[in-house]
Formats: sequence, C-alpha cells, structure tokens
Amino acid sequence: MTTLPIPDEGGSPILRLVDVGKVYATGSVAVEALHGISMEVARGEYVAIMGPSGSGKSTLMHILGCLDVPTTGSYDLAGEDVSRMSEDALAHVRNRQIGFVFQQFNLLSSLSAWRNVELPLCYSGVGRAERKERALWALERVGLGDRVDHRPGELSGGQQQRVAVARALVTDPALILADEPTGNLDSHSTQDVLRLLDELHDQGRTIVLITHEHDVAERAQRIVRILDGKIDLDGQVDKAVLSSLTSIR
Amino acid sequence: MNWGETFRTALEAIRSRRMRSSLTMLGILIGIAAVMLTVGLGQGAQAQVRDQINQLGSNLLIVSPGSTTTTSGIRGGRGSASSLTTRDAMALASPVVAPDIAKVAPVVTGSQSLTAGTTNWTTSVVGTTPDWLPVRARTLTEGRFFSTAELNNAAAVTVLGSSTASELFGGGDALGQSVSINGTAFTVIGLLNTAGSSTTTDDDDQALVPQTTYSSRVASSGNAAGISTLYIQARSTDALSAAYQEANKALLGTHGVSATAADFTISSQQSLLTTATATDKTLTVLLAGIAAISLLVGGIGVMNIMLVSVTERIREIGLRKALGATPRVVRRQFLVEASVLGLAGGALGIALGLVGAQVLPRFIDQPVTIPPFVGVGALGIALVIGIVAGVYPASRAARLAPIDALRSE
Repeated sequence: MTTLPIPDEGGSPILRLVDVGKVYATGSVAVEALHGISMEVARGEYVAIMGPSGSGKSTLMHILGCLDVPTTGSYDLAGEDVSRMSEDALAHVRNRQIGFVFQQFNLLSSLSAWRNVELPLCYSGVGRAERKERALWALERVGLGDRVDHRPGELSGGQQQRVAVARALVTDPALILADEPTGNLDSHSTQDVLRLLDELHDQGRTIVLITHEHDVAERAQRIVRILDGKIDLDGQVDKAVLSSLTSIR
Repeated sequence: MNWGETFRTALEAIRSRRMRSSLTMLGILIGIAAVMLTVGLGQGAQAQVRDQINQLGSNLLIVSPGSTTTTSGIRGGRGSASSLTTRDAMALASPVVAPDIAKVAPVVTGSQSLTAGTTNWTTSVVGTTPDWLPVRARTLTEGRFFSTAELNNAAAVTVLGSSTASELFGGGDALGQSVSINGTAFTVIGLLNTAGSSTTTDDDDQALVPQTTYSSRVASSGNAAGISTLYIQARSTDALSAAYQEANKALLGTHGVSATAADFTISSQQSLLTTATATDKTLTVLLAGIAAISLLVGGIGVMNIMLVSVTERIREIGLRKALGATPRVVRRQFLVEASVLGLAGGALGIALGLVGAQVLPRFIDQPVTIPPFVGVGALGIALVIGIVAGVYPASRAARLAPIDALRSE
C-alpha cells in the first residue's frame, strides 16, 4: 500500500473507517471482500474510489452508503457509529445523512421529476408543502427548474441523472455518494454531471464518487484505489498519482 | 411516511398498472357479485314463500282430521261420523276454553257442478261461517259476505271466487245472478278479491255458501255435523303458541282421546314456512359455497399479482429502502396496495350485484332481495381477502436487502 499524505481540511472527519473487513458466506465458502480498510474523509472533501471489478469497490460503497454493515471494524458517519446499527436505524441514517446517485439513475418512471426528488423527504416526515418547495429548489439548483413536471421517460439521460442529483441534495445530507454516476451517459452528459458535482464540491459538499474511469476520477481532489479488498493507493490527485495509476494499468 | 401518504402511493401504483390492476380486481368483483346474488336469490325465494304462506291468513292455525279417520269417516264407539265436527268449532270459539283464539272458521268442502244459465263449471263448494273472511284474510271486490242470520236460516246465498265468477258469467256482472248447485238455486251476493294461486289450491276458484246450507242442500251424504277443516285465528302472532296448546287440549277433550291417539293434526304457518324454506336454504348454502370458492380464487389472484408486483418492482423497493424506507414502511405500502385492490374490487362487485338484483328477476322470474348487511359484509370480506393476500408478498418485499434489490436488473 502506497501511503500518501491525507489532506487536513480541519474539523472532524465526516467518515472514519477503522480496520473494516467484510466476509460473505456463500454456501460453505467464505469470501473476504474487504480486509482491514482504514480511511477518513474530511468535511468538504471530494474523493474518488477506484478499482477494477472484483476489487471490493462495490462492497466498500455499500458499507459507506449504510446499505450493508461491515463484518469487522467500525465505521463512523457524521459522528455516529453505524457499523452495528439495526436495519431501521440504518434506514434513518441513509435518509438523513446520505444522498445517493446511482449509475442506473433509479428514478420511478411513474412519478414526475419533482415527485421523484421529494421521495426521501416523504420518509423523513416532512410536510407536503415543504417537500414540494424543497424539491423545486433542488431541481432549480441542478438547472432543471423548467422540467419539474416531466416524467423520467420525457427527459434525456443527462437530465435524468441531474434529477437524481437533485434527489440526493434535497435532504441536505452529510455525504453525497455517487456510484458510477456517468456510467450510462454520453460524453456530453458526463461533462454536464461532473460539472454539477464540481459545483457542489465548491459549495462545500462532501462527495464520494465510485468510478473506474480515470478522467472521471481526475475531477476529484483525492483518489483511493482498492485492489483485492485492500486500499492500494490513497492520495491527492496530482501528476504522481495519475502516473502511478497509468503505470499499474 | 404517514397513512395518507402510503394510501396515495398505493393508488398511484395501482393506477400506473391499469390493465393488471383491473384484471386483479375482476376476480374479487365477480366473487363478491356472485355471493351477493346467491344470497339475494335465497332471500328473495324465502320472502316469496313467506308471502304466499302469509296469504293464507294472519296468525292462522289449521286443524285437519287425522288420516286414520278420513278414509272410513267413522270412529267406532264414539258415534261421530267425522273426526271434526261443528261441536269442535263451537268449543274452540268459546273464550273460556280457548282465550287465545280470536275466531274459528269451520270449513266443509266438496266438488260440485255449478250451473248458471247454460254454463257449467265444476269447482269446490265450501260451506263455512261468516268468520271465514277475516280468518283467511280475504276481502270482497263486490257485494257482501253472508251474515250470521243467513247462516242460521241456511239461506241459499253464495260468494264466488273471481275465477269461478268469470267462468260462469264471462265478463258480465255476477252479482245478484242465480247459480244452481246440486239442484238448488243460489243467489250470488258477493265476489272475492283475488288471492293468487299456490301450487296445491286455486284460492280464486271456489264458491262459498253458509255451512248450514251446505249440509242441508249441497252435501250428498247426510253428514250434517262433519267438517273437513277448522281454520283458527289466534289473537296475535305471539299468542299463536298458546292458541295451539288450547286448541290441542280442547280437541283432545271433545274427542275424548289421549295425545298419542289424536285423530287430528294442527299445523301453523310457521311449520309450513319451515318446510317450504328448508329446501330453499339448502340451495342457497350450496350456491353461496360455490360463490365463496370463486371469491377464494379471486383472493389467490390478488396474492399472485402482488407477488409478481414485488418481483417486478424489486428495484423500486431497493431504491425506496436506500432513500430511507424502513421494512415496516415497505410492508405497509404493499399491504395497503393489496387492500385497496380488494376493497375496490369489492365495491365494484357490490355495484354489479345490485345491478344484477335489478336485471336478473326479469329473466328468471325470481325475486332477488339483497339485505343491506350483505353489502357491508361483502365489503368487509373483500378487505380481509386483500389484506390476507397481501401479507406474504408484503413481508417478502420488506425483507429484501436493499443492495440485492438495487443490483437486480
């Protein structure tokens, strides 16, 4: 593992993983997907997690997103230990602290854009009027103020992903977790969405981006690379890291 | 997510899959409509029989001679020609012997040929008393019934049933005309209102004469005191049972026999009603059973669709969970969806059942009476079916791990 200095932006880290391991028991064979992962992400950081398929990158993303719990080690999110939480408590943490952006957009096709965006607020008990107001604000924020009543089928891929970003923003989460957000987009829409993430970062949002594309990872401040369930490389995005990425490839 | 929110989400899910939702509801709809119509048919048939039997007269008891004596007409050692006599009638009419009996109408019947001018018509001639009219709950369209004086004088007067009158006089006015019965000329003094016919007797085809006149001028044999049936009217429906006891005791006394050797039978409307409705009930239960099975099949349809729906919407469930839906909220969403399908199907089924209740009688000549509680019950059943059918699919949806759900294509 190549150790590179972790940037200190001050304040407590928003994410802290200590010696996190994940073992899947598939039948009689136990598969160790993650092994001794320790990392911190500070508030306002923009981190790209990279790794080839089978590296444990997705497992890490699930744990970071509180969609799964680690087998060993601990995970603190926004000052709370979430590694041993019940299913219900995890649902509340996901609802309040995490904004997901998926590769498949995962919008509900029967609902209009603003109804999709207000969805997380429905689960946190926000009143109807306030939900609509905040959803419209979030859509305005991603530049879709004129598309609020369109259904996903009536929007382009890039626009759909921007709706998904608005949905991730609407709860004002501690962390925006983007899993291959540009995987299904053409290059134009890719730039569109990446520019949006840059803007959010500039406004102080904490973003963790999972990708296997170098040019996408380059947009981040810091790259964490996973290989065989371990952190293989962790450092600021600069010429040295990029060249090392290229060399490993 | 509160209930209102959950309800709205369920409605949207149902609406966005219109075709499938309506097919699912169709199963419940048909089941509920079938249950309502079978119950309605059963109730209608029972009400019809009840009405027919009530037409016999209100609070009525009917005393008929025991079968052992009707064939011979003679019971050795007692000196009476028939088991029922006018003495019995008088005994029962006494308020001392039977305080719960209001009126008694003895009846003696025989088939006779009636002649009016050149027209002949054979019908039953009934000898009775003036009390016959109220006891049998009949009314007159024209004229009057014979009086006690006419009974005592054995007057040659007759009251005709509507069918008999039209057979003898065609469309012409029968009142005041003369009818010849067994060689005696009778004056028509009244006409009976129609009563409708039951399967065994035609109440509109008969000629009524005073009982005294019957025995002296009409009856072929010289059995002056014998009567064929006694109609007894109790003071009220509640007094029917007491009247029955009194009549039974009085008749056993006048006949001088023990209860085991009784030579007469007393039947009530209730006993007739019970016999008549028993068969209807069996049929209703059978039909309702078939309808219930169709409802069960409808319920299985709802469960099937909900299971398919869970599988198909696995990504939606995963997404909702990722966005913060707890297992409880997901379970509730699917339960409410199944309940709404059941309820909507039930409501439409009730509507179809009510329409069927209006339309069906025109084709099958059977009244369909749907009591209000059936509608409420049907709605309840539909809701329960929806919930029961929804429980398993809903808990499956709730148990799904969000990562597996999100990953599936």
